[in-house]
Amino acid sequence: MTGGAALAVTLLVATAVGALHGSGEPKSKGTPMSMRLLTQDQYLNTMAYVFGANVQPTTRFAALPRTDGLLASGASIAGLTDAQLETYQKTASKVASQVMSEDSRKYLVPCEPAAADAADAVCAKAFFEQVAPLLYRRTLSDDQIAAFVGAAGAAAASLHDFYQGLGVVLEGILISPNVLLVAEVGEPDPEHPGQLRLDRWSLATRLSLFLWNAAPDAELLNAAQSGALETDEGLAEQVDRMLASPRLETGVRALFDDMFAFEDFSRLAKDNTIYPNFTGETAVDAREQTLRTVVDHLITHRGDYRDLFTTRKTFMSPSLAPIYKVAAQGPGWTPYEFPADDPHAGLLTQVSFEALHSHPGRSSATLRGKALREVMLCQTVPRPPANVDFSKVQNPDGSVKTARERIAFHLQNASCAGCHRIMDPMGLSMEAFDGSGTFRHEENGVEIDTSGNLDGVEFKDIVGLGKALHDNPQVPWCAVRRTFAYGTGTAADSNDRRVLEHLSAEFADQGYVFPDLLRDVALSRAFRQVYEPKLRKTYPLPDLKSAERTQQRAAADALTVSANP
Amino acid sequence: MKVKNLSRRHVLRGILNGGVVAVALPVLDCLLDDNGKAWASTGEALPVRFGTWFWGLGATNRIFVPEKVGAGYEIPSQLAPVGRVQQHVNLITNLNAFRDGEPNLCHYSGWIIGRTGKAPKSSAEQPGETLDITVANQIGRTTRFRTLTASATGDFRNTVSYENANSPNPPEISPLEFYTRLFGADFQDPNAPTFTPNPRIMVRRSVLSGVLDEIKSMQKTVGAADRQRLDEYFTGLRHLEKQFDQQLTKPEPIAACHAPPVITQDPKMGVEVEQVEKRHRMLTDLMVMAVACDQTRVFNMAYSNAQANTVKEGYEKPHHTTTHEEPIDGALHYQPQCAYFSSRAIEEWAYFVEAFSKIREGSGSLLDNMLIYANTDHGEARIHSLNNMVAFTAGRAGGRVKTGLHVDAGATGVTRVGFTAMRAMGVDLPNWGVKSNMTDKAFSEILV
Repeated sequence: MTGGAALAVTLLVATAVGALHGSGEPKSKGTPMSMRLLTQDQYLNTMAYVFGANVQPTTRFAALPRTDGLLASGASIAGLTDAQLETYQKTASKVASQVMSEDSRKYLVPCEPAAADAADAVCAKAFFEQVAPLLYRRTLSDDQIAAFVGAAGAAAASLHDFYQGLGVVLEGILISPNVLLVAEVGEPDPEHPGQLRLDRWSLATRLSLFLWNAAPDAELLNAAQSGALETDEGLAEQVDRMLASPRLETGVRALFDDMFAFEDFSRLAKDNTIYPNFTGETAVDAREQTLRTVVDHLITHRGDYRDLFTTRKTFMSPSLAPIYKVAAQGPGWTPYEFPADDPHAGLLTQVSFEALHSHPGRSSATLRGKALREVMLCQTVPRPPANVDFSKVQNPDGSVKTARERIAFHLQNASCAGCHRIMDPMGLSMEAFDGSGTFRHEENGVEIDTSGNLDGVEFKDIVGLGKALHDNPQVPWCAVRRTFAYGTGTAADSNDRRVLEHLSAEFADQGYVFPDLLRDVALSRAFRQVYEPKLRKTYPLPDLKSAERTQQRAAADALTVSANP
Repeated sequence: MKVKNLSRRHVLRGILNGGVVAVALPVLDCLLDDNGKAWASTGEALPVRFGTWFWGLGATNRIFVPEKVGAGYEIPSQLAPVGRVQQHVNLITNLNAFRDGEPNLCHYSGWIIGRTGKAPKSSAEQPGETLDITVANQIGRTTRFRTLTASATGDFRNTVSYENANSPNPPEISPLEFYTRLFGADFQDPNAPTFTPNPRIMVRRSVLSGVLDEIKSMQKTVGAADRQRLDEYFTGLRHLEKQFDQQLTKPEPIAACHAPPVITQDPKMGVEVEQVEKRHRMLTDLMVMAVACDQTRVFNMAYSNAQANTVKEGYEKPHHTTTHEEPIDGALHYQPQCAYFSSRAIEEWAYFVEAFSKIREGSGSLLDNMLIYANTDHGEARIHSLNNMVAFTAGRAGGRVKTGLHVDAGATGVTRVGFTAMRAMGVDLPNWGVKSNMTDKAFSEILV
């Protein structure tokens, strides 16, 4: 954007929003207000920030459905079960007992009670005033604090223990729907009559879940409380502070862990007889290697996002060294750079990609091609047709040696070719890596042909595929789309198209520097402007609504009522 | 079991003030009435429980389906393990799942029709309420857990039980965690000689009412779309409240209940058949005791996922890939490696049934007072067939079901098995399923 156009736009924006962040962001509906489940990592990060890194309860929250490429978007539709509430309660109990343990209480409770075996309203008040707003992600009224103090007092009196009384109420706070559900609230936007914006607390939470994958800190809550967050200057000040915080690394790791579908590592195992070098530790380190590479390149060095697919710089650990066939490094993690003529260049050549998208005992050109399309390019590959005979893939006469020959029939068969044409040509170039992610020249004694093409760009090997990906405009577009959906908490849809195009153009103008993209998303109007979502389409089963049967509901209610005094 | 009674709270207050209270000795069969059909102390009939079992990729019908129907059928080679429990199970073959014009969603349509009665429209469409939940809402509300779900796959993202499309019931995948949830600190041994209610639970329970109030104020602020999820949260909190109440109540003794040995370590992760088998047996043994101790009356176990990814050591392809890529052996007329994987699944089904049959309860076994429904995702997995599917039931449902039979369903709907099971469990449905999968025809051969 140059000259008069830029000036005109700047003036317009100046009139409208104060011109802090000069941009030509197109008008949009904004994004839906959602009610998200706080994810397990968001919960644990918050506990660590509020109570210290020693408070680490072991837990496993229910899996979220991957929705439009992100678990983060699934958090806005996932339901709740009895089992999940049980998990919340058990976890809360662990946190409370760790916080109130003899060792921790002297740091985490900001005062000493008059007597350890009785209630102390003054000390309890000091504790709840300190922690409750951080857990509720907003300031609380005096009445609310008084209610906690009262409950803690009653509990301390019946348990004859001040700290246990405090702990039981902390447990209650930690299973509160206000803590575990992120229910966004909209309010009329005074600067844009007829439109809704997130209220200050919802905005603070959306920002901190986006950038830190944790609840807001006290300073962000103060900015919300004072109203500063509702001004462009105040918002920019907070976003810049958050981008400069060490917590950003945690946030960026979470974003890419989600985008790269790394939750699949939790069930990744390889056949030990076929890949003896690949252990449980290898899988853990492969995930870590990629996240370290991403953080180092994008955040530490503010590198070009697209270079992630060509960079030879990474980190090496002792358990990864044998897979990469490099000299044992370590102990622990060390920076590592592959030589210029090495076939290892970019994320696609890392074990995390090649091994994750393979079978336990062999590689898979199709799985890798599919992952490349879906994860890196935000495209959807249709499911295979039901009535297909794949048995040609296993040719028992032994004359067929390589995957390229085995799966050639995909492209000869019209019903297969449609989809396999978008997976196999790039998947086959990744045959240069076996199912454990180790580079190889041959399969069954025959040299592997690693040539291929990506959307019309020809290449002869895996390094060429990395370059083709680097230059593919869909790659940064996909990053923008995922980042925006991740930040706003719901899957991007056609309403967002113009905003995403705008953000992509900015991303390109700024040299694909990822923290700048984060900043642009966080400061965009679409991030703050919200609307009431329509009822989601569901597929109820007409004959099977037993949970709704009034008779049973009544019976259940009667049971519980009779349990009350 | 009698969990609630009117004076309980009054009694508790006394117990809490008085500290430890000694109660009667552990109870054995003498506590059952003379016929062994009811607990003598309360006169309540022994509960009938419902379970499901799942395995992926079906069976090798050529070496699995007996020629003879009815009782005393011959046992083809892949069915061999079932020979050990033949008198406890029914085998139902020649079942169809009807797509009703929807696509054949590979490894999805088949099992979902078998558990919800409806063909999904797309793979993005999650199943609605599965039949275990329908049964649990009928018979599961008094126990500590309304349902329990476990999976030997090591994959906690994949489950066979759904409350509704957005609320899958996550499976237990770790024997250690499952043990801790069932028999850890919160377990009340019904046969313990003393009963000491934990005063902390009492306090916890009163704090919970404040949390329940918060839901009510949130309901005013969230949109209509999210109100249902808030309701689920509310139901979950009520469930916790009920669990606290049970922990404050002296349980009725149960002769069959013996807390299993402590588990301190999980077996190795992985999908190799030996590892899956080990996890399956550990989880099964825990599930058996959870049922025997009346911690739940409804449960699900999965041996493998649909599209099973089980592998055999040293063989490069997982089960699912093998079904598609392995040629049919010219002499055998089936895929031998696939048959290996299916046989291992059937072996575990037999283990599962045997494990329940070994627990004495009343005049028979725990299994006699249960009904288990086992299903899979395909007939011939190689071609993603939804015809010629097989299913099992196990147990006599307290005398409501006959066993030992092979039933040829004559290419009728797989939903008939689920419908029969629900009828046996006392769910009063005139029919089940939608469109072609709708059925009102229970298997009369099986029902008493």
